[in-house]
Amino acid sequence: MSLADRVRPDFPILSRTIDGHRLVYLDSAATAQKPRPVLDAVRLFYERSNANVHRSIHTLGEEATELYEGARDRVRAFLGARQREEIVFTKGTTEAINIVVHTWARRALVEGDEILLSEMEHHSNLVPWILLARERKLRLRHVPVTDEGTLDLQAFERLLTRRTRLVALAHVSNVLGTINPVAEIVERAQAAGARVLLDGAQAAPHLPVDVAALGADFYAFSGHKLGAPTGIGVLYGRREILEPLEPFFGGSEIIREVWLDRATWNDLPWRFEPGTPPIAGAIGLGAAIDYVEGLGREAVRRHDTELVEEALARLGEVEDLEVYGPRDPEIRAGVISFNFPGVHPHDLSAALDAEGVAVRAGHHCAQPLMRRLGVAGTARASFFVHTGADDIAALVAALHRARELLGAGRLRPSTH
Amino acid sequence: MTAPLYGGVILERFRHPRHFGELPGADAVHEDVNPLCGDRLRVELRFGADREVETVRFQGDACAIATASADLLAEMVEGHSVTAALGLERDALLRALEAPIRASRLPCVSLPLAVLRGALGAGAERIAAARGRDAAPAGPGPSGVAGERR
Repeated sequence: MSLADRVRPDFPILSRTIDGHRLVYLDSAATAQKPRPVLDAVRLFYERSNANVHRSIHTLGEEATELYEGARDRVRAFLGARQREEIVFTKGTTEAINIVVHTWARRALVEGDEILLSEMEHHSNLVPWILLARERKLRLRHVPVTDEGTLDLQAFERLLTRRTRLVALAHVSNVLGTINPVAEIVERAQAAGARVLLDGAQAAPHLPVDVAALGADFYAFSGHKLGAPTGIGVLYGRREILEPLEPFFGGSEIIREVWLDRATWNDLPWRFEPGTPPIAGAIGLGAAIDYVEGLGREAVRRHDTELVEEALARLGEVEDLEVYGPRDPEIRAGVISFNFPGVHPHDLSAALDAEGVAVRAGHHCAQPLMRRLGVAGTARASFFVHTGADDIAALVAALHRARELLGAGRLRPSTH
Repeated sequence: MTAPLYGGVILERFRHPRHFGELPGADAVHEDVNPLCGDRLRVELRFGADREVETVRFQGDACAIATASADLLAEMVEGHSVTAALGLERDALLRALEAPIRASRLPCVSLPLAVLRGALGAGAERIAAARGRDAAPAGPGPSGVAGERR
């Protein structure tokens, strides 16, 4: 029995139909569906233990705090971090990156310093740096993407100079599925004196991650792409880097003592968690981690690799279909972008949706990468633990029909 | 049985747009993007002797709904005054598309309208500057202009 067959009953939403078709959910990279244990953990929290954390000393308050901090311990183990002080709960990857911008980078970087990004970054790992660069007169450099959809590592070597203070890269591309050689990059960057931030939004759901082994300085990911609720994410930061930093968001919880005109700061990690945190979300994330680890992260990775191999082979048989990204499933996670030339990806997505097949279409918040690929957007199928060969087959069948309907390859309106 | 995708008007206009292309010597040009999907659309206008919208051409990377919307819009405003064209509302365009448009695709309808209005605005300014008087002459209105009696 495949992993998909085994876990599908755990996902209540998969029993839905769309216009009479079985739901074929291939948009997990946008947000993953939630397994029953996550839904139960959130519901149970609200039904039995709901209270604010770190405040109330009644029974519910104690339980809520224990559940919330217990989720932090699960995240620590999930990421391979050494200490729980290094795990900051955030709203998601975007907020995590912004916290690094406003707590560490604004303090550490000065005019003329360089930040090395790449052409395949999500806007959430481009725009915060654009804002900071403008404010602090920093220089942004970008590692180009090769025609195969990988980072140009020779260019990386050239672009990494003594001026480079930070390398901020996606662990896995949200468009191409490329798994970047982050261990090698961290080593090279740190040897050159730069800090490294990894955007793990698309890596955490697919790959085992070990931040201590990687040696990354910062690592960010979102819970909802791993089956947790929306509104919860994680910033990992090495303790010696986080320790001297001041809060970014002011508010309660982040303080030790407050006077009318000054305040002292709380310990890590609460210094960066102002106000009432997303308690239920964190508990849901803990449950999602338990769920994925229960399946086995190596097993999840194997399943993902097999799906990628199957999908690349089957998509390759669809006439006219252009598929982007590396051909080697070993350097690829379960995210595959494609286009029919002359067909807008939104139209393709609408045609697939009419058959119950949910894919994302558009620029995927990676407009510079779209320009590099020479397209306005792509359609993208992405996988999770419940995705099976039957989903790929449904996608391929729907693509064949969409091609007929939309007339791939001959539909670009003529200019006369 | 699968519901038909989009409906006849959209597919037909998408496959055979009548107003797609460049307009050399255009009096007004406007271009914009849909930030949600990255679609880019450019509208070019030429005005006639009576300062009416004489010719509209559009081009860009756009989906079937946006392409059909732009094509229909061009037809709806050609021959009408700038004021009347500026008064054309999205609901009129939605009716002309003859198919239900989901909320997530409404920006595909709004983009051509916004780009057209940008071009009309630029054109109106140009006319005002050239003639040195009001750029919004009375004229026949396009079908579907809000509040207009037909």
